[in-house]
Amino acid sequence: MNTQELINIIDGTLLTEGCDFTREIKGGCGADLMSDVLASIQPNAILLTGLCNPQVIRTSQMADVAAIVFVRGKRPPPETIALANMECIPLISSPYGTFELCGRLYAAGLPSLENPVTDGDCGCDE
Amino acid sequence: MTDIKNHPITDAVAENITKVEELAYELLINQVMTRDIATISPADTMEFVANLFREKRISGAPVLNDGELVGILSIEDLIRCLRAVDLFSAVNKYMSTQLITVKEFDPVIEALKTFVHNRVGRLPVLDEHNKLVGIITKGDITRGLLKKLTNEFQQEEIRVYRASHLFEDIISTRTSLVLRYNIKPRDFIHGGTASSYIKRALMRLGASPQIARRCGIAIYEAEMNLIIHSRNGGIIRVEIEPHQITMETIDDGPGIQDVDLAMKPGFSTATEQVREMGFGAGMGLANITRCVDQLKIDSSLERGTRLKMKIFLKEQESFGDSRGNRLEGTP
Repeated sequence: MNTQELINIIDGTLLTEGCDFTREIKGGCGADLMSDVLASIQPNAILLTGLCNPQVIRTSQMADVAAIVFVRGKRPPPETIALANMECIPLISSPYGTFELCGRLYAAGLPSLENPVTDGDCGCDE
Repeated sequence: MTDIKNHPITDAVAENITKVEELAYELLINQVMTRDIATISPADTMEFVANLFREKRISGAPVLNDGELVGILSIEDLIRCLRAVDLFSAVNKYMSTQLITVKEFDPVIEALKTFVHNRVGRLPVLDEHNKLVGIITKGDITRGLLKKLTNEFQQEEIRVYRASHLFEDIISTRTSLVLRYNIKPRDFIHGGTASSYIKRALMRLGASPQIARRCGIAIYEAEMNLIIHSRNGGIIRVEIEPHQITMETIDDGPGIQDVDLAMKPGFSTATEQVREMGFGAGMGLANITRCVDQLKIDSSLERGTRLKMKIFLKEQESFGDSRGNRLEGTP
């Protein structure tokens, strides 16, 4: 799936400029805790989140996130959008909630790129 | 390198250049066409044309009558004339008057499409008043695209090239590159900037995406710890050596009361405000442990905390040639 297809599926609004619509999205991950994202996400996933601060962009940059989807129509502040433009990470706002978005994307064939917790408490051992 | 002269691009290839497709839409015909062209008139003799083609080393020319484009004469037309031993005839007997032209402000892709669908080697280029302004060939397009590609990628490539040869070009007993960053406490807006610079530096030095990602995640968690917990901020120090990367964070307090407890996933002393920002879930140190090969925490309530993380690079991941850049007899 590429960014343009993603936007169509989730009725998304693109909030950033100069987006590479052809970038391949390999899967998805949903989280509001940045450490959960850093702990579980595999490269080239989209991140579904309700968090709008600039740390979402930094986290995504570290974790090689392909695009960020803000759930429930959330619009991040200008500093978040500016940072995303600088780091070339597309930001998309969708009117749907996390559960609905996961369902739509799963149904469209997008797999989960969240590493499951393996050792009972944290998933810190791979 | 492929010799473009001896391997001219065929029509099929021209249509399938997918990597430069985007550029073919961006670049305009008048950016790649040849402006300085030889033209002939309908009344010129074919002998004159034969001499012109030989002197200028060209294989075709547009035919102009009072500045109006009326035809095009190619080397094939000249050969027909030579076979008929008819060199004293005028150009208008042999020129082709079925003109296929392109507009100067059209994207290059239009010319490519025209080449694919017509068996012609060159296309006259017209301005908005249908006046001839140049000629475009497949060679012009190839050159234009290559030039554009070179310009676009040169800057970052030169950066990557220079940086990735750093460790090969400098000979010493032990070469290392040290990066230092000062981190302010509670600066959530800029939090992660240092980590971002560090990850980019590693990529430019030629680190694999996996190594850059592991370092990035570990140092980002550590940087956020400085911002969230340290009293007066702290320092990030990264030492890059051909075979290993050492990342440290140093602060002067308040120190970790119980390191073993702090290492436990889910344990956190973060405030509600920090948690609202998506941090302080008690996963930081656990995440760092997962990403690095070695983690040492030295903390006391008097001196503060020193976090030392190491990633060891395998032979094929090491920066530069790990054999070529060290003096002999060194460990």
